[in-house]
Amino acid sequence: MPEYSWPPMDERRVIGKPTKRRDGLEKSTGRAKYSSDQKPPGMLFGALLTSPYAHARITSIDTSEAEHMQGVTAVRVMTAAGKEVQWEGAEIATVAAVTEEIANDALRKIKVQYELLPHLVREEDLVKAGNRAKPAGEQVTGDPDKAFQEADAVIEGSYGIPVITHCCLEPHGNIVQFAGDKVNLWPSTQNVSAIGGDLGKSLEVPAANVHVQMQYIGGGFGSKFAADSWGVEAARLSKASGGKPVKMYLDRATELKIAGNRPSAFANIKVAAKKDGTITAWQSASWATGGMGGGGMPPLPYVFTGIPNVRLNHTAVAVNAGGARAWRAPNHPQASFLTCSALEDLAAKLRMDPLELFNKNLGYTAREATYKAQLQKAAEIMEWQKRWHPRGEGASSGHSSVKQGLGLAINTWGGGGHASQCRTTINPDGSVVLEIGTQDLGTGTRTAIVMVAAETLGLPLGAITLRIGDSDYPPDGASGGSTTIGGVSPSTLKSTTNARNKLFAAVAPALGATPDQLAAVDGRIQVKDNPSKSLPWQDACRKLGTNKISEMGENNPRQPGGLMSQGVGGIQMADVSVDTETGIVKMNKFVAVQDCGLVVNPWLAESQIHGAAIMGICAALFEERVMDEQTGKYLNADMEFYKLAGIADIGEIVVHMDITPENDKRGVIGLGEPPAIGVIACIGNAVANAIGVRVTHVPLTADRVLAALEGRNA
Amino acid sequence: MQAFEYANPATVRDAVGMLGTKWGEVDVLAGGTDLLSLMKEHIETPRRVVNIKNIKELGGIKKHGTEVRIGATVTLDELERNADIRRYFPVLAEAARGVSSPQMRNMGTVAGDLCQRPRCWYYRNGFGLLGQDKDGKALIPGGENKFHAILGNGGPAYFVSASSLGPALVALGAKIWLVSPSGSRAVDAAKFFVTPQNAGSREIALLPNELVTEVVLPSTDTHSATYEVRQKEALDWPLATASVVLNMAGDTVSSARIVLGHVAPTPWVAADAQAALSGRAVTQAVASEIGKAALEDATPLSQNRYKVQLARVAVKRALLMAAAGKI
Repeated sequence: MPEYSWPPMDERRVIGKPTKRRDGLEKSTGRAKYSSDQKPPGMLFGALLTSPYAHARITSIDTSEAEHMQGVTAVRVMTAAGKEVQWEGAEIATVAAVTEEIANDALRKIKVQYELLPHLVREEDLVKAGNRAKPAGEQVTGDPDKAFQEADAVIEGSYGIPVITHCCLEPHGNIVQFAGDKVNLWPSTQNVSAIGGDLGKSLEVPAANVHVQMQYIGGGFGSKFAADSWGVEAARLSKASGGKPVKMYLDRATELKIAGNRPSAFANIKVAAKKDGTITAWQSASWATGGMGGGGMPPLPYVFTGIPNVRLNHTAVAVNAGGARAWRAPNHPQASFLTCSALEDLAAKLRMDPLELFNKNLGYTAREATYKAQLQKAAEIMEWQKRWHPRGEGASSGHSSVKQGLGLAINTWGGGGHASQCRTTINPDGSVVLEIGTQDLGTGTRTAIVMVAAETLGLPLGAITLRIGDSDYPPDGASGGSTTIGGVSPSTLKSTTNARNKLFAAVAPALGATPDQLAAVDGRIQVKDNPSKSLPWQDACRKLGTNKISEMGENNPRQPGGLMSQGVGGIQMADVSVDTETGIVKMNKFVAVQDCGLVVNPWLAESQIHGAAIMGICAALFEERVMDEQTGKYLNADMEFYKLAGIADIGEIVVHMDITPENDKRGVIGLGEPPAIGVIACIGNAVANAIGVRVTHVPLTADRVLAALEGRNA
Repeated sequence: MQAFEYANPATVRDAVGMLGTKWGEVDVLAGGTDLLSLMKEHIETPRRVVNIKNIKELGGIKKHGTEVRIGATVTLDELERNADIRRYFPVLAEAARGVSSPQMRNMGTVAGDLCQRPRCWYYRNGFGLLGQDKDGKALIPGGENKFHAILGNGGPAYFVSASSLGPALVALGAKIWLVSPSGSRAVDAAKFFVTPQNAGSREIALLPNELVTEVVLPSTDTHSATYEVRQKEALDWPLATASVVLNMAGDTVSSARIVLGHVAPTPWVAADAQAALSGRAVTQAVASEIGKAALEDATPLSQNRYKVQLARVAVKRALLMAAAGKI
């Protein structure tokens, strides 16, 4: 077995160099075909009938009129009479038809009678939750009561962060053909290699009979791993329609209602400290919902896990709303918001700079040195020392009612690579093909894989053909948990190294050297210490005769071999302006300093952080699911009052990647999630710093900001 | 969407002949930015849709002396870019610019802006124009009402008028021309918007067999401005707006029109505040006082008290902008 390692930092020609996105042109010109753009011959259109009620029992369902409509090929009931639906948007029945219009018209011909049952759709008032609230046992570390008694300063606060939805621009859905015992699936998925098995299980078809293809996806963010009930039903509709392919995508409202959400988190928090800012105790009573399953406790206190005296209580609240799914760093944004808000309030009470308070307590974290350096770097970029002012004491700038403020927050994440296999083929004509059953979520996975291959093979990027997004290729894990780059980079390195070594063996005699004396550089195979003895790549490959090289490489998460690892930290800071007359918050600047191991492509890494920052800004300033307790309705399941930022709402984003020899030695680490974690928290803190009072609940909309300001004045 | 007959007339005379006698029978299509979603949600289920975009006489902006005539199918983009509108009617240009999406400005029309239906989320979720449950109980007072009316909300209507141009046109004293098979009439912009008393009626004075053909702006000798408070810079419904038109004698206001938007079921004329401004110069203090006076009668619902403050600020800032503006 050869030893695998990343080339030393100063010898890399491709890895670590800012490199353009490989599929940028396809995407920006619309040539990129998403699964929803496919149109296999004979394709039918599926449509989904959903519950208009938050909680009801179906007393009867009559599909006969829909079944007899011309153009309808199949009707299936998903929730039979006698069964309950537990949220608005719950799946009732599906239809397949020759046009989308007929399918939708047919849905309206399905007659469903409901018996309405009591519902609860809002969780922010725990008292009203009654028996829907399920407290977990109390967890105590140390002696929090004593610590609170002996503290120099104690702050108490209530904070809240609502349920938000993923808002994938390409909704959940797929095109599927189920004919005989074979299934062709064109999904929108983060899980090309394994979704076929998931679908096959429901259809009782062997995974081997399910062929999955997906080249592009319009957003997943943790919500697109499974085959989904509507995907399975689409396959059954296909089968029932003589094996014709069926296209089934959720409409926007249904997408927002049932295709996943990020659970809420509310908490009453108490923190104790010494005069010098050393935290001595943490107490929190939190509650959350992610639908009927309730919502788990965010990891509190976040990052500062070494606080010696801690009391934790948590209550899961079951509400009649669609279920939660992983949302970019599950439960971490909530934990960061709750913790960093309370710590900033503590700093304000102590009249300390929060930067100093965070620094003072880094001993409680798992990576003190990293955070210390990051706080310093972020502060430098933000000009924190010069620009920070005590809470509410900043000078007004421009229009007299506008106040400016700074805030900070902290993050941590794993990001270890998933299991991944790559196959490299070198053909006698010199062409090179890589195959991996992975997916590019828009993060630049394609580009990163080709960069690693180009580095190993000494070839230009354009000389390498990459094939991904197909379940026939060697398997690769789901793209969740920031695991993709740490999975595909090692498997590609190993596979291309193995293939290259085979080529060296074939070429060595011609160059009068042994294989271990050869190197692949600038499109040539040459003797390492005598570059004059070399062959162009094509000529070298001709030595293979008629035999192509085909070599595998595998990333095993349990044996990273120094190529990848996990565990990162980051610091994020926000600079905001708040119009104190209107309560409108504007982003001026956002700074992210992020540790991420070996960075394959700095441009893509920065781009990841830009995306995460934008997602966090949306959540901090605009996003909330508005549920109506009277009717059980999700009132803003649209893109009108479910508000997302436009480009003018984002402000400046400055990214500093912690690219250092020490971090580089750790190998590749995933970056999808960590930069999305602290954004909400640092913006909330910046607003408090600006206006002199805490806005306890996000999003930081005009009504909440003005109420907070009036509370102070009252 | 329910199947419908599509009519594509070339003249106003043909178009009005195709309209219905009752609401709900026939809908008029201009930019379609509102109608299409209403039809997709089955809130509107017309048997016929009359496209008016191919009617040439409904287009164009023309200035005759001090009067400016704006065709019904002029887009918000055309309106916002028009040199005369920008120069003489900043109150209107700014209102159009507030629709902060080039796509919406390119598609949306003047008449469409005036005739669009409310954005109330109870209405859009199938609870009728007035937001009532099946027993007729009003859902808005005890429900999610942070975007609802703070004025003119004694019931049964609690929605806010969605029109972006309405407040500016009311403030300018514009006339809106309507044509039916039996002739034409001009309605003051202030009377075009009405508060419906039942779910079956409309929030505008237009009759089912009438078509908006043009908007006529009178005098050009005013100082004017619109100020919108929006949560987002990007496309977003305003939380409150104020459109003001001032007749000035030197630094002093001789008469004022102050109209609030997105705070009531119609554009809301702040009559007392208008009167209180007469004969005074617009200073910060005066603008602030007038802003307060404009909201004197506000009756906020359970979740929208903050809109009172936003509307006050909108009036104050619009006044300061208008007074500072040069013609």
